Amino acid sequence: MNALAIIGEALVFIGTFFYFLSALGLIRMPDVYNRMQTSTKSATLGSLGVIVGVGLWAVGLGYSPAWIVQTIAVAVFILLTNPISAHALIRAAYRSGVPLWEGSVVDKYGEHIRAKERDNVESPETVPEEGGEE
Amino acid sequence: MEEASKLSRYLYTVIVLFVIWLFMTASLDPQELAFGFVLSLIVAALTYEIFTTGGLSNLHPKKLAYAIAYIPYFLWAMIMANLDVAYRVLHPKRPIRPGVVKCRTVLKTDAGKLALANSITLTPGTITLDVDGESYFIHWIWVPEEALTENDEEHVKVTSANITNPFEKFLKVIFG
Repeated sequence: MNALAIIGEALVFIGTFFYFLSALGLIRMPDVYNRMQTSTKSATLGSLGVIVGVGLWAVGLGYSPAWIVQTIAVAVFILLTNPISAHALIRAAYRSGVPLWEGSVVDKYGEHIRAKERDNVESPETVPEEGGEE
Repeated sequence: MEEASKLSRYLYTVIVLFVIWLFMTASLDPQELAFGFVLSLIVAALTYEIFTTGGLSNLHPKKLAYAIAYIPYFLWAMIMANLDVAYRVLHPKRPIRPGVVKCRTVLKTDAGKLALANSITLTPGTITLDVDGESYFIHWIWVPEEALTENDEEHVKVTSANITNPFEKFLKVIFG
């Protein structure tokens, strides 16, 4: 047992704590959008802590230093891909008509879509093809 | 951004792929290095056309320095925001005031916009709902009072100062 292993264990512990928080948020939040907030986010830091923590822990226990390099690579790929799935899910939820929670204070996206539809009706030929902004 | 020459784009792809190979194998064995290099050359030849438009100019030292400085900055922002959301989850009264707000960005390139959207989504409390041109539509778990004005310009100013501007300082240099 040395300092690296202790830091690794602490990171794994923090990561599991954030997993717990995101599960709790999933139950407590009122609508799909706020649930996404807690679940995807805390899962990111949770995964980050657990994965990097395992790498440090293994190096501290005397395994090859390749552990930490590879776990960081895994963490980077999670950081790159997780937000895309979160974005796709929440956009799909909005587009399929899931209403915002009644306590929500503002909805600029709805206004934007309605304004666009109005423009579409008035001048259909000048509006660009939908879904081409990727 | 105008397209760089084919050779520059190809070399940039090879370098990126080889660095990824180094991380994935985490070994300095000459055999593995040589094989990884050959693989990088082959894969880069197949993919460089869709992988990059900037080529080697992406490896400008200033861009690299900002990219490296961005990592701790972003991690710090992510941890603070995580604690903020954790507080909202644990507080008995559940202090949330969610809403979909509109932000504006100064970034021009698609890669920069993607990086900004991903950074926003990774920061707890904000998820990018959609991007349309230079407008970002973001679901925010705690919309501040100042953003609740009828005036669209003022709304965008407040939200942009809170959400996009902190990241843009870095992304503007990295992606242009």
